Amino acid sequence: MIIGLAHYLAVAAILFTIGVFGIFVNRKNIIVILMSIELILLAVNINLVAFSVYLHDVVGQIYAMFVLTVAAAEAAVGLAILVTFFRNRGDIAVDDVSMMKG
Amino acid sequence: MALAIAFYLLAAATLAAGVCVVSARNPVHSVLFLILSFFSAAGLFVLMGAEFLAMLLVVVYVGAVAVLFLFVVMMLDVDFAALRQGFARYMPIGGLVSGFLAFEMVVVATAVATRGKASVNELPMVADPNVSNAESIGRVLYTDYVYFFQAAGLVLLVAMIGAIVLTLRHKPGVRRQVIADQVARGPKTGMRITTIKPGEGIAE
Repeated sequence: MIIGLAHYLAVAAILFTIGVFGIFVNRKNIIVILMSIELILLAVNINLVAFSVYLHDVVGQIYAMFVLTVAAAEAAVGLAILVTFFRNRGDIAVDDVSMMKG
Repeated sequence: MALAIAFYLLAAATLAAGVCVVSARNPVHSVLFLILSFFSAAGLFVLMGAEFLAMLLVVVYVGAVAVLFLFVVMMLDVDFAALRQGFARYMPIGGLVSGFLAFEMVVVATAVATRGKASVNELPMVADPNVSNAESIGRVLYTDYVYFFQAAGLVLLVAMIGAIVLTLRHKPGVRRQVIADQVARGPKTGMRITTIKPGEGIAE
């Protein structure tokens, strides 16, 4: 039995929707929202690598590396904002963030 | 056959861990499931022949990002039970939307995989025995994509500075070392000659 491109794409699609589902159901818990975003980016990476491998072109893996870089930067800045927010409010409930009305 | 078994095991582990990440009651467990998910995805990458990215995933995600998440989750003293309110309320709409999204994406992915340009090659890229995966990536990354590579470094630098600036705080009343003041201090400012009257001492 050959594991083809469709298998990997299906795994990535399901992982992506798990991430979207996580954002839907954990609307108050921003830590889990950030983790869901990481899952979504992981799904994108699986897609990129799968296409790279089945198109016999290594450029997709380079793009996946850049996605990885941005994901790491986003996690660092997001968690830093979260820590600052927690210091100011003593809480991380994000459904009623009204401090930053423009 | 062994490849198929490995694929199904790793894919099932990735997806099950992903479900546990979004549904675990304790965020610490969520982070640990996230690590499991990344490890399994790294296994999938190895199956596809992208060893370098698999190792990068383990090092960057498990070694840095997940540990960062663990630090933050354990550092913040938050009542996580209160944050789970609304889980059941948003479950139906979330399930509906994501189920529909998954269906659409799987349909599109299957169509792309069977009819698109990628369907020409039924088998994954066979690694050249003389060139490792890391080397083939490096050959492209450091030539055609060197500016993008530098830009990625810049992104990381900006993120690092941003995170430090955001979380650094100056407590009032804490004496800090000011190197400029130390360097600027000379005999004139650092020393003073006074004549002391006998029996009085110095009143500071």
